[in-house]
Amino acid sequence: MFEFIFSPEGYQVILFYVYSAILIGAALAVVTMRNSIYSALFLILAFFSAAALWMLLEAEFLALTLVLVYVGAVMVLFLFVIMMLDIKIKPKSGMSNYTKVGIFVAILMGLEMIMLLGRKLSHVLPQDDLVKHAKGHSNVKEVAENLYTQYVLPFELASVVLLVAIVAAILLTLRKRDDYNHVDPESQVHVKANKNRMRVVKMDAEVGNNIGGEE
Amino acid sequence: MIIDQIWMVFWTLIKIVAIVLPLIIVVAYLTYAERRVIGFMQGRMGPNRVGLFGFKLWGLAQPFADTFKLLLKEIIFPANANKFLFLLAPVITLATAFAAWAVIPFNDYLVLADINAGLVYILAMTSLGVYGVIIAGWASNSKYAILGALRSAAQIVSYEIAMGFALVGVLIASGSLNLTEIVHSQSGGIFSWFFIPLFPLFVIYFISGVAETNRAPFDVAEGESEIVAGFHVEYSGAAFALFFLGEYANMIMISALSAIMFLGGWYSPFTGDAWYAQSSIFWFLGKLSFFLLLYLWFRATFPRFRYDQIMRLGWKIFIPITIVWIMVVAVMKVYKPEWIGG
Repeated sequence: MFEFIFSPEGYQVILFYVYSAILIGAALAVVTMRNSIYSALFLILAFFSAAALWMLLEAEFLALTLVLVYVGAVMVLFLFVIMMLDIKIKPKSGMSNYTKVGIFVAILMGLEMIMLLGRKLSHVLPQDDLVKHAKGHSNVKEVAENLYTQYVLPFELASVVLLVAIVAAILLTLRKRDDYNHVDPESQVHVKANKNRMRVVKMDAEVGNNIGGEE
Repeated sequence: MIIDQIWMVFWTLIKIVAIVLPLIIVVAYLTYAERRVIGFMQGRMGPNRVGLFGFKLWGLAQPFADTFKLLLKEIIFPANANKFLFLLAPVITLATAFAAWAVIPFNDYLVLADINAGLVYILAMTSLGVYGVIIAGWASNSKYAILGALRSAAQIVSYEIAMGFALVGVLIASGSLNLTEIVHSQSGGIFSWFFIPLFPLFVIYFISGVAETNRAPFDVAEGESEIVAGFHVEYSGAAFALFFLGEYANMIMISALSAIMFLGGWYSPFTGDAWYAQSSIFWFLGKLSFFLLLYLWFRATFPRFRYDQIMRLGWKIFIPITIVWIMVVAVMKVYKPEWIGG
């Protein structure tokens, strides 16, 4: 037992349980916190722990991409919006209103997962040994080979769907107002000071008629 | 067995200290260099008084004086500030700034963690730094601070895209995400370095790096003339010093990355067997210092960008150029691989 804890495998198992506990705790905190800023921060922690679990699966590229995309970009915009909205801290969290529905959905999802993983996909699950790849194994290459050969069509399709979603989201929120003094930086940066703004006038020097001079 | 494990942990800790301690000292002297260089550029003296034992020494003890002043000052909490997050924010800034250094190779064998996806790791870590700024802005309970935080968030998210695309160009050219491999693919003199075939990406990467670290002329997150000091207006003492440390560590890291990815890391620009043609850590440090000088030079030269023009530059100019150049690099890689690194 003592030997196992100090072996790399044991360390990996301990890390797995630690990160899983943090992940579940953070996910619970997301829905129980009264302050929505805290909820968002706990969601970040949940993403982070999930990334750490993927790292334990030796899927370092996916783990880092999870951090990069969800933590580094998506959650920044989430926080951005929450801070702009000026939400008051509620006396109690909104969870109790949704407890029944939430438990129902959770049980349903659990059953679905058990049905899928317990019967249909049971052969793809690792039995009880840890994921171990040979030294020099590149997760990036593996992902790339799968994405660009076997799954190239679904992958491209997904990216087109995302592109359509981006265009749609921008179109839905793009509102043009006529009544504000819009500044067009495009035209501003193209102004040349000596052509468009200043006019240099040639004229003879004014000869003073002895102002302030000696009589 | 167990002794080996414990020794490995200790050895890693020693290596971490060997990176972090010089980094902190470089940060301290970078503040000194910044004030001296900008002073020189603007016809001023800069700090030249604080010395040791009665000798002025061109003000070389100034960073220590500043550090002790900051550490001894009181940390003031604004009314109704969220104390926990208020103190957490500078720690996040500093931790992410230092964490990214874990994968930076200094020469062929001097690297703490030689991981496969090093470039993605660095992108992930630098994108986390924005949380320090956002949380600081929110936890301060101050209007200026939250304005600075929002500006910074929008700016970093925008420039990260251009920066990421510039990195895509590098990894197409080198065929690897590992930083040591990227340097190795640039061996063979100055004409093999990536800054020639990837010149637009090189320029865009460094400018985006300046924007990402909130340095002049992109320092609207601080913008002392508009929003006083932005996200760290309420900070004082050691907490402020941590923000400072994080910002400068990030500057050094962007410089190191530019040197690694575009200027051939520790390779000499010359070829042959002469002593100056050998690859060495000094070439790397020299290239890094060049980029740091550029940082200071920008600050001494350019006025601050207006906010909408920063956004325009990022979204409408940099991102289209990088996308086009990625195509160009991909075509070059397939049809003229000898143009890229050889």
